[in-house]
Amino acid sequence: MGLLSKKSQQVLKDPLMSNNPIAFQVLGICSALAVTVKMDTAIVMTLAVIFVLAMSNTIISAMRNYIPGRVRIIVMLSVIASLVILTDQVLRAYAYDMSKQLSVFVGLIITNCIVLGRAEAFALQNTPGKAFWDGVGNALGYGIILIAVSFFREILGSGTLMGLQIIPDAFYSAGYENMGLMVLSPGAFIILGLIIWVQRLITKVEEEA
Amino acid sequence: MLEHYLSLAVKSIFVENILLAYFLGMCSFLAISKKVETSIGLGLAVVFVLSITAPVNWFLHTYLLREGALSWAGLPDLDLSYLNFIVFIATIAAMVQLVEMIMDRFAPALYLSLGIFLPLIAVNCAILGGSLFLVERNYNLAESVVFGFGSGIGFFLAITTMAAIRHRLRYSNVPPALRGLGITMLLTGLLSMTFMAFSGIDL
Repeated sequence: MGLLSKKSQQVLKDPLMSNNPIAFQVLGICSALAVTVKMDTAIVMTLAVIFVLAMSNTIISAMRNYIPGRVRIIVMLSVIASLVILTDQVLRAYAYDMSKQLSVFVGLIITNCIVLGRAEAFALQNTPGKAFWDGVGNALGYGIILIAVSFFREILGSGTLMGLQIIPDAFYSAGYENMGLMVLSPGAFIILGLIIWVQRLITKVEEEA
Repeated sequence: MLEHYLSLAVKSIFVENILLAYFLGMCSFLAISKKVETSIGLGLAVVFVLSITAPVNWFLHTYLLREGALSWAGLPDLDLSYLNFIVFIATIAAMVQLVEMIMDRFAPALYLSLGIFLPLIAVNCAILGGSLFLVERNYNLAESVVFGFGSGIGFFLAITTMAAIRHRLRYSNVPPALRGLGITMLLTGLLSMTFMAFSGIDL
């Protein structure tokens, strides 16, 4: 981290835990849960979001003095949509199976509230360099939750991790069974609820009901 | 024939509820479901916009963007489907604006009650997701109308139910760290489980 100034480090580190975009700002849950049945889709999704968020933050921040306030939403949306199209085309060209599994959820990065939220709240007021690290940090914070949820869902739901079997055969012959609920959508909600609970116990942040 | 559409409607409202099975529109779901009145407003706005944008985007995709869609203009080899995302989001933003202006003119009471939610819908994942799903599943026009409307109703049902539950929750003793987002996620999980009970229904 020697390359980065104190300020940039702060900007990068903050969203990972104490100001996590999913767990605290309640942004971007839309597409977060659908790709977490398997860990590899979650990782690819994280990479896609890192790229889109870092680039969109940098570009919008570089243009911040030229964007008229009244049409800023549509300008930001077109920047983001172009980046998402780029990501989608690259995935289709080099990882077709993965892009089939992610289906519409790559496209939904456009309406992911984190991207627009960071552009509006951070990129419009800060220099491109800082905005870039803010984008990377927030995307990583998003990715950590995504990967954590998919870790539990894959291990409990399919007994595998990244497609490799983790639960030994001896368990299955002794009567252990995969938890079918984890593969279905309620599993994602419940795991995320529990993760948020644990995280708030650690960071001691409370919220009115 | 009618059964097919009825079955699609039931599927999009209950079994494959756009919110509880595909996680679309979660942001506004979590933010707005604190009060019953506002959640009804947002729910209505989603039903409205989704039933309009689904067929409009179907037309755009079929006659403009799909591979070979431009054969009527003498360009049978052109495939513009990579423009799907940007065209859809622009259409949605424009439709939302249009709906807003029409409502303001002809139904000011409804316009006032929907208030801030109408513009927010432009970036609601459920709307864009609905359009992307109908492309991926190759729906025809009638199917996409039914699907759009059904998904909207599904969203409406889920968000009003959640608002009602959260209203009751104020009188219960939730562990401090679980308050707010945590307990809401757990409840959504339970709600999603109850909606899955419909999955055996096939008309």
